[in-house]
Amino acid sequence: MIAFIENLGESALNIFEKLGRGVVFFINALAGFPALILRFTLVIQQLYAVGVLSLIIIGVAGFFVGMVLGLQGYNTLIDFGAEESLGVVVALTLVRELGPVVSALLYAGRAGSALTAEIGLMKATEQLSAMEMMAVDPMHRVIAPRLLAGIIAVPLLAALFSAVGVMGGYFVGVGLVGVDEGTFWSQMQDSVDIYDDVLNGVIKSIVFGIVVTWIAVFEGYDTVPTSEGVSRATTRTVVHGSLAVLGLDFVLTALMFGD
Amino acid sequence: MQHTKMVHLWVGLFVAIGIASLFMLAMRVSNITAFAETEGYQLTLNFDNIGGLKVRSPVTMAGVVIGRVSEISFDKEIYEAEVKVTIENQYDNIPEDTSASIFTSGLLGEQYIGLEAGGSDTFLKQGDRFKLTQSAVVLEQLIGQFLVSKASE
Repeated sequence: MIAFIENLGESALNIFEKLGRGVVFFINALAGFPALILRFTLVIQQLYAVGVLSLIIIGVAGFFVGMVLGLQGYNTLIDFGAEESLGVVVALTLVRELGPVVSALLYAGRAGSALTAEIGLMKATEQLSAMEMMAVDPMHRVIAPRLLAGIIAVPLLAALFSAVGVMGGYFVGVGLVGVDEGTFWSQMQDSVDIYDDVLNGVIKSIVFGIVVTWIAVFEGYDTVPTSEGVSRATTRTVVHGSLAVLGLDFVLTALMFGD
Repeated sequence: MQHTKMVHLWVGLFVAIGIASLFMLAMRVSNITAFAETEGYQLTLNFDNIGGLKVRSPVTMAGVVIGRVSEISFDKEIYEAEVKVTIENQYDNIPEDTSASIFTSGLLGEQYIGLEAGGSDTFLKQGDRFKLTQSAVVLEQLIGQFLVSKASE
């Protein structure tokens, strides 16, 4: 009994310790942001790694999600004779929810895991310690550019996802099942609000970008420096990152659309 | 060096595509022009009941949107709703005996103010008040009236 409570206390302390390390780590990384303006090339290289290389998966996934929304929405709406609202359904679903959430999940799997593995291996092969030996702060040289690149890339990827998704919905709705093109766009423009829907979606994706990239670089930096440790850290990045996105999505939705 | 150039090019392309998508969401998917601050003059209307009218609801004349609702408040002196609308400056010849009603677009659609031009030669100016207004039709009242008229038959 005593041993059980001891275990419980130990694991609770471990969780809080890790959270604390994560917050200190995040603040240290933020402190490295101003210096990045002078060496923006570092950020651009990371933008290439996390942004450009994720373009294809985001684009393809967005198009298919949009097409599915178009088809499912049409099949449901036709029962009520409301198939001209298809554009509204597709656009609102994508802009408010699926765009930010699905692109953040894909980002966690595609780029977050790569970030963790890269930084974890840097630690395991003592490259980070070598940098410290040369008086180069790895927080500023390695972590900060990756964090900033993630924060810039995720909102752009989410916007691309939504835009391509709307195109997919248009392709199926207007092209295949024959919803009128004019009503598709005009109903959509009537119901989608630039502030309430588009801007809130962008805010969501910025939050997701911060959280997922933070988890990814922190797990890499905090990894046990063995091959097993790196593999566990990579798994944790994807699992915790995805869960954080879904949980935060509910909180943000309640804050934004709850009123 | 060639490699960095390629990286810069791709990142530039990526950022451009991302911003273009945002732009498309703003312009094509949502209707940004509807929320730009329209230059115009304010008129006031009193209604017994505004139903589901909201700020930014359209004000139409002959079906064409000529302005938007800018403010809704409750006048506690006369127990009526006071609605302020902004009419675009180009439509400066609304006769003063114009009547205003609250309509619903479609059976369950959003509500808007429809104006019907009168015959007067004097036009409404900034700050003027409509004299003829008709309230929104509340579905429950309509059903109530129908039931009462059925019962009296």
